Amino acid sequence: MSSNSHYFDLKDYSFKETPKGIRIFWSAMKYVVLVIACVLVIIPLITVLIGSFKTKTELMNTSAFVLPKSMAWANYASAFTNGRVLEGLGNTILIVVVSCIGSIITGTMTAFVLQRFNMLFTRLIKAVFLATSLLPTITMQISVYQIVVKLGLVNTYAAPLLLYIGTDIIAVTIFIQFLDNISVSLDESAILDGCSYPRVYWSIILPMLRPAIATVLVMRFVAIYNDFYTPYLYMPNHRVVSTALQDLTTGSNISWNVVFAGVIICIIPTLIMFLSMQKSIYSNLVSGSVKE
Amino acid sequence: MGYTAQKYMITFLFLLIPCVLLIVFTLIPAVNMVIYSFQDREMTGFKDWVGFDNYIRIFGGTSKTFPNANMEYLTTLGNSLYYLVGSFLQQALALFVATILCSKIKLGGLFKGILFFPYLMNGVAVALIFKNLFGFGDGLTVPQGTLNSILSLFAGDGFTGIKFLNDPNNPVMANLCLVFASVWRYIGFDIIMYISAIQSISPDVYEAADLDGANSWQRFWYIVFPSISPIVSLQLIMAVKGAVSVYEIPFIVTGGAYGTMTFVIAANNTAFGAMDAIGLACALSVVLLIITVIVTVVQKLVFKDKR
Repeated sequence: MSSNSHYFDLKDYSFKETPKGIRIFWSAMKYVVLVIACVLVIIPLITVLIGSFKTKTELMNTSAFVLPKSMAWANYASAFTNGRVLEGLGNTILIVVVSCIGSIITGTMTAFVLQRFNMLFTRLIKAVFLATSLLPTITMQISVYQIVVKLGLVNTYAAPLLLYIGTDIIAVTIFIQFLDNISVSLDESAILDGCSYPRVYWSIILPMLRPAIATVLVMRFVAIYNDFYTPYLYMPNHRVVSTALQDLTTGSNISWNVVFAGVIICIIPTLIMFLSMQKSIYSNLVSGSVKE
Repeated sequence: MGYTAQKYMITFLFLLIPCVLLIVFTLIPAVNMVIYSFQDREMTGFKDWVGFDNYIRIFGGTSKTFPNANMEYLTTLGNSLYYLVGSFLQQALALFVATILCSKIKLGGLFKGILFFPYLMNGVAVALIFKNLFGFGDGLTVPQGTLNSILSLFAGDGFTGIKFLNDPNNPVMANLCLVFASVWRYIGFDIIMYISAIQSISPDVYEAADLDGANSWQRFWYIVFPSISPIVSLQLIMAVKGAVSVYEIPFIVTGGAYGTMTFVIAANNTAFGAMDAIGLACALSVVLLIITVIVTVVQKLVFKDKR
């Protein structure tokens, strides 16, 4: 990229008449702003990390920034076992994996039919899909809950799974947009070679959709791993990460050191995911949603 | 099988499951929601038709079903104004930081990463982090919060802390703290979005501006801002939707107490709490739906003009 694409670039001649001292001052100010912003992000996290290694008495008697005398790993053990965080992690992984697979299968199939077959029926269904994305999911749950009760699915894994898979309209939209840019001539030449439609879907469309599938997978992981409301409402007897964490803070005698350990445990998988795919995560999460 | 027959077969088979799920978990509930909103209904089922009484109650009127005027729901809509103003500030700040990050900066990737990470974090974790940050502790059963710990370094000996979140006489403070948590969580997304928008501006435009002798402020105001203003206005419109749908952080941090009740928490309490008023809660959902639809229509109109 040429230096001209940076409009605050100090080398630009519009700055040439600015005295050197002032230039250095503004350049330093940029870093001051960024450092302040990052400190604001980090301080709340650091104090929770420090607190997660303190014993209960230490936590009560020392300031938030005083390091613990020794590392109280017992907090982590207690969060895992007494606090059902382990159960929560297991259930979350199960739900994330199954609903991601489900979302990808139903999402790509729906998008294939809706984008490639231009019939009155598919146009109608497409319009219905797009219209439902207007519904405010969070308060819709009051009437969805009545249905889930009638189906006898409360406190089963089926409830969150069906809801995650069945209401994932964003995935369908992303797949349709992606297919808009894949030429139909590919399908047509395959059909001339005698390919059936299921074969076209499986051997041409699905492999072509790989980048869009990656985007949907990242979006689904973040959305489901972080979802509190659905499991809280539909699986009150089971725990996922979010509800296990919330569980630690209910009751009268809260062990905040254990709560902090739970928070750190819950953040670690997110951190690992973020660090391992930092470059692509921005484009997958942010650009994907801007196009919507 | 011929291709036409195949086409209908595939359409039927591929759309069967998605359509069944769509009907059962979206369309039927959506229709039910509107019907229930005109009923007196409990978790166990239908009790009576009440016309518009649920809606009248929401907007503070009196009716046969609800003889006493009650402002609780209107108050929650008032509270969403805090979040609305918060997200306007959030957009301005994000744009400011994004502009800085688009200039030549060392460690830009690190700054970007740190600022974006909260967006990925679990909402309950974020809520608990801020419950601790703004916490007020006696040091006996509840540890002192981080902010109070910092303040005590500067304050005198008698300082016992400020009740940021749980002062019944200061709902403004509690709401501001919750808005701060929300900005902290979501601003990284906006920063990354503005960065990618700014970087998509063609370098030729800058070159031309340079030839005309534009300074960096003029460059921002006449080149960068106009080309990203559609995104800015989209975000500002979407902020209305966001402000009325706030749920997770205030629910975990204060549970809606101390004047921090939000529309969605109130709707949920109405349905699933002791009130057990499904009809009234569905009317609240319909109100939220109407707000969402209005926002979307405005958004569509604004963007038609832009193109």
